[in-house]
Amino acid sequence: MRDFARPVAIVASASFETPSEQARNEVEMLLPLIEKVRADLGIEQGDIGFTVSGSSDYLQGFPFAFVGALDAVGPWPPIRESHLEMDGAFALAEAVAVLQDEHIDTALVYAFARPSRGELDRTLALQLDPYTVGPLWPDARGLAGLQAQAMRDSGRYGDVPDVPPTYVADGATAVILAVGDRARELSANPVWITGIDHRIEAPALGVRDLTTSASAKSAGEHAGAAGVDAAWLHTPYPHQELLLRAALGLDGKPVHTAAGPMMVGGLERFASAAKAIAAGEVSKALAHATSGPCLQQNLVGVLEGSK
Amino acid sequence: MTETAEAPGPVTVVETPISLDFNYTPGVAASRFLRSLEEGKLVGQRCPKCLKVYVPPRGACSMCGVATDEELELTGKGTVTTFCVTRIPSPGLEPPYVTAWILLDGADLTAMFLIQEVDPADVRLGMRVESVWVDESERKTDLGNIKYFKPLDEPDADYSTYKDYV
Repeated sequence: MRDFARPVAIVASASFETPSEQARNEVEMLLPLIEKVRADLGIEQGDIGFTVSGSSDYLQGFPFAFVGALDAVGPWPPIRESHLEMDGAFALAEAVAVLQDEHIDTALVYAFARPSRGELDRTLALQLDPYTVGPLWPDARGLAGLQAQAMRDSGRYGDVPDVPPTYVADGATAVILAVGDRARELSANPVWITGIDHRIEAPALGVRDLTTSASAKSAGEHAGAAGVDAAWLHTPYPHQELLLRAALGLDGKPVHTAAGPMMVGGLERFASAAKAIAAGEVSKALAHATSGPCLQQNLVGVLEGSK
Repeated sequence: MTETAEAPGPVTVVETPISLDFNYTPGVAASRFLRSLEEGKLVGQRCPKCLKVYVPPRGACSMCGVATDEELELTGKGTVTTFCVTRIPSPGLEPPYVTAWILLDGADLTAMFLIQEVDPADVRLGMRVESVWVDESERKTDLGNIKYFKPLDEPDADYSTYKDYV
C-alpha cells in the first residue's frame, strides 16, 4: 500500500526494554508508555479514534490476556479497538488502513510481552503446522540454524554468522498515529508513513527457499522502499540481516538491526526510525518487521519527514 | 476384494499434547495486595480519577486506564449481591454449598467467595456477611486466607445500596 488518500504520520512513540521484568506485570509495564505518548501530545484516550495492539497470549500464559491489557488504556467510554496475535508493527499496518476511514484521524498502537516468564523457544513452536511439525517441538533457534546453514550451502553470502540463543527480552512500545492536518496540529515533526506493505510466504518450511526472502522483496517493492537513506530492520537472528539487505536492496546503506522483545521488536523499529527522522538524522527510512519462522512474514514501511 | 476394504480409513483424531511452563508473577499492585493478605488485612486500591475502589486491585483502573496507587484497608464485611447454590460435588466442597458475589464495604467491585455457617436456603440478596480467615499460623500470600464469609447479625442491606451489582 502506498500513495494514501489520507496521509498518516507517526506523531509520538515510547519504548521500554529490559532483559527480564521481575516486578511489574504486563499492564504495569505498558501503563507509563501509553500515558507518556498521550501526554506528549496533550491528548486523552477519548481523543483517539482507533486503538490496536499486538501481543501473544501464549507468552503471557493465559487466554484473552490481551483483553486485560486494556486496563492500561482506559477503554471507557467504549472505544473502537482491535488486537492482533502478532508483532505490534502489524497492528500499526492495520491502523494505517483504518485511518483511511474519513471518520478516524488518530490511532494508538501498542505492543507488549514478557517472554522471560516462559520458554520462548518452545512457545514459538506453536506457530508451526500443528499436525506434522508442531508435535516435534522444533525450537526457534534450531529453525533459524537451518536457514543459516542453507545460506552457507548456497555459497552466495560469504560469512554467515552463527545463530546465537534466541533473544529473550521483555518490553513494550506505544505509538500514536495521526492523519494529515491533525498530525501537523499534534506534532511539529510528524513522520509520514508513505508506504507500508505486508507479504507472507508458505507456512511449510520445506516448500520455501530459505536462502532468499521473497516476501521481504515484494513488501519492499509495494511499499516504495527504493531510495531510502537508512533502514531499521527487525532481525530475530543476525544472519537475517544478510537476507534482508539483499532482498531490500540495502547494500552500502546504514542499517540498524535489533531483535527486540518478541511481539514488540518490529513496532520498536518503526518507533526508532521515526525518532531518527524527527531528529533530522535521515530524511527517508525503511522500517521492517518480521513474524513467523525464518522470516516467513515481512512488513516494510517507508517513513519520511515533513516536506 | 473391494476398493473400500483396501483403502485405510481417514484419520479422524491426532493427539498433539502441548505443555508450556511459565513463571507467573502477579505484578506490583497484586503483590502488595497478597502481602497484605498475609498480614491478615484486606486492602483495596482507589482510582484517582473515578474514585472506584478495586478489591482485588488490578494495579490500574480498567475503565480510566490510570494507576491505582492509593490503598485503603477494608473491614472484611460486605453484602451478598448475587449467589448460586451448587448441588453437585466439587473437590474439597460438600454439596450443597453457596458461592456468592459479595460487595465488600468500601469497595466498588464485587468479588466471589463461599458463604458458610448458614443453611443455603437462608442465603439471600442483601444479606450482610463477614470474612472468616484461616488461623494466623496458616496465612500465606493467597486469597485462600479468607476461608469463606458467614452471616452477620445485622438487618439486610437496602436494595438501593447494591442494585447496580445485581
